[in-house]
Amino acid sequence: MTARLLETRGLSRNFGALAAARGINFRLDAGARHALIGPNGAGKTTFINLLTGVLHPTDGQVLLKGHDITAITEAERVKLGIARTFQINRLFRGISVLENVYVAVAERVGAAPSMVRPAGKRTDVIEESMHLLETLKLQDDARHRVSELPYGRQRLVEIAIALGLKPEVLLLDEPAAGVPSAESHIILDAIGGLPAHIGVLIIEHDMDVVFRFAERITVLVSGAVFAEGTPKEIAASPDVRAVYLGQAAHG
Amino acid sequence: MIPPAPALAEHPAALALAGRHRLRIWEPIPWALALAFYFAFPNYLGFGTELLITALFALSLDLALGYAGIITLGHAAFFGAGAYTVGMLAKHGIWNEPITSLIAAGATAAVVGLGSGLVLLRTQGLTLLMLTLCTMSLLEEAANMGHEYTGGFDGLDSVPIPPLFGLFEFNPLYPKTQYLYVLAGLFLCFVFVRMLVYSPFGQSLTGIRENTLRMHAVGAPVRARLVTCYTLSAAVAGIAGGLWAQANAYVNLTTLGLDRAATVIIILILGGYGRLYGAFVGAVAYMGLSHFLAQLYPTAWQLGLGLLLVAIALCARNGILGIGESLLRRFGVTRARS
Repeated sequence: MTARLLETRGLSRNFGALAAARGINFRLDAGARHALIGPNGAGKTTFINLLTGVLHPTDGQVLLKGHDITAITEAERVKLGIARTFQINRLFRGISVLENVYVAVAERVGAAPSMVRPAGKRTDVIEESMHLLETLKLQDDARHRVSELPYGRQRLVEIAIALGLKPEVLLLDEPAAGVPSAESHIILDAIGGLPAHIGVLIIEHDMDVVFRFAERITVLVSGAVFAEGTPKEIAASPDVRAVYLGQAAHG
Repeated sequence: MIPPAPALAEHPAALALAGRHRLRIWEPIPWALALAFYFAFPNYLGFGTELLITALFALSLDLALGYAGIITLGHAAFFGAGAYTVGMLAKHGIWNEPITSLIAAGATAAVVGLGSGLVLLRTQGLTLLMLTLCTMSLLEEAANMGHEYTGGFDGLDSVPIPPLFGLFEFNPLYPKTQYLYVLAGLFLCFVFVRMLVYSPFGQSLTGIRENTLRMHAVGAPVRARLVTCYTLSAAVAGIAGGLWAQANAYVNLTTLGLDRAATVIIILILGGYGRLYGAFVGAVAYMGLSHFLAQLYPTAWQLGLGLLLVAIALCARNGILGIGESLLRRFGVTRARS
C-alpha cells in the first residue's frame, strides 16, 4: 500500500529558448527512496527548484497529497512538509552547529517570531535540535562553528537543518558532492538512517550511492524523463547505458 | 526511540545556548563607568552626552547591520526624522514635554523605516546601499526646502524644552540633566535591543545575515522579518535623534547628512558589529580619539583616525571587541595547556 505524496503533471520550465524541464510526469510515494539521475545539465536541480517553489513552472502542476501547490510560495511549501538540501552548502557558517538546527526547528514550531522570551529559554527547541544532532552523530560538533567543521560534516549539517523541519518529502541535492571518499560513509550512513516514513528524492552522480539506496530511479535527459524503473531495470536498459551509465563508467 | 537523555540538555552546546542571554559579570561595568563619568568630569558632560547619543545611534545600526545584515548608508534618515520631530513639535508650540516627544520621535522614525523598508528591502547589496543613501538625501533635501517648518538650511534653534518632570532643567551650559536623561534613554533602548537579539527573532535575523537563501528554504518569512527589524532599528535611531535635539535644543541638516551616516558605520566597524557592546566601544574610541587628536594636531587629526580605520579593516575585521575576543581565546588556550 503506497500513498501518493508528491506528484508532477506535465511540469515544464523554459529559460528563454532553453527548455530546462519539459513535460515531466513524476510521482514520489510516502516512504519512497527515489533517485533522480542524469547527465550534467539534464535539469535535475531545476526540477528540485520547481518542486520547492524557488522557480515557477512555465506549464504543468505540482501536487502534494493530491492538492495543487503550483502557486504556493517556497516558505509555505516548507510548512506543508517539503524540505531540501543544497548541492553547494547553504549553511549559517558563522554560528554554531546547534544554532543552525535551532533556526530551522524554531521556524517549524513557530517560536521564531517571538521577540521577548530569550531563545535559550525555549528548551524544547534546544532539546529537539540536540536530539536530532545526536541521531546524525553530530553532537560532539554541536558547539563548533559550521565554518570550523570538515566538509563532510558540514554536509551532514545540511541534512540536519532539513530534518529539523520534520519534512514528509525530503529532496537531497547531491548530498555527497565534494565529500572526500574517506568521509563519504558518514553521509551514506545518515541517508540510510533517515526516518522510514519520509519520501526521499535524491539527486546523485555517485552510482554506488544510487544503487545502494534507491528503490526507484528516474533518468532525466535534456529536461525530460528518459526512463523510469527499479534499479535493476535501469541498470539493464541499453538506452540508459548508452546516454548515461556508459559515459559515467568511463568517467 | 531513544528517550531524551538528561545528558543531552547538559551538553556544553545546549548549556551555552540556554545561558546565552544571561547577564555576564562584566556587563554592569560600562554603566558604572558612565555614571562615574558624571561625577568625575562635570566639565565634560556636554561631550559625554554627545558620546552616549552616538553610542545609542550606533546600537540602532548594529541591530540592522550587525545582526540582520541590512547594508545601509542612510541610517541618519531616522536619526534626523527623530530630531526634526522633536524640534518641529516644540518650535511650533505643538508639544514639547520631553518624554512623550521622544516617543513621538521614535514613532515617526519607525513609520519612515517601515515605509522605506517595505520598498527598499526588496533589494540587497549595492542597490540597497544606494537606495538607503537616496532616501536619506531626499529627506535632507525636503528638510532643506521646507523653510517654513524646518528652518531650512539654518535649522531650528532655541527649541524650547521644558524641565524634565517639571523639575530638572535642560541647561545648555551645564548639561547635567541632559547627561543623566540621555543615559537613562540609552539604558532603556539597550535593554530592548539586548532582549531582541537574544530572542528567537534575533536568532532568525542572524540566520538571515548568515544565509538569506537558506532562511527562505527553512520557511522563514524573510522580508517580513527584515522589515520588522528595520522598523525597530529606525525607531531606536529616531529616539537617538530626538535625544540629540533635546540635549542641544536645536536641529539642523547635519542630523540627516551623509557625514553622520558614514561616521556611525565607522564607529560600529571600529567597535565590532553584531556584538551589542561594539557600539559603545566604537563610540568611545572614535569620539575619544577625535577629541584628543584634535587637541594635539588641530589641522591633521583626521589622519590618525583614518590610519586606525585602515588598520582595523586590514587586520581586525571584527573591530576592537574582536581583538579582545581573540586575545582572550589565545590566553585561555595557553592557560589550558600549561
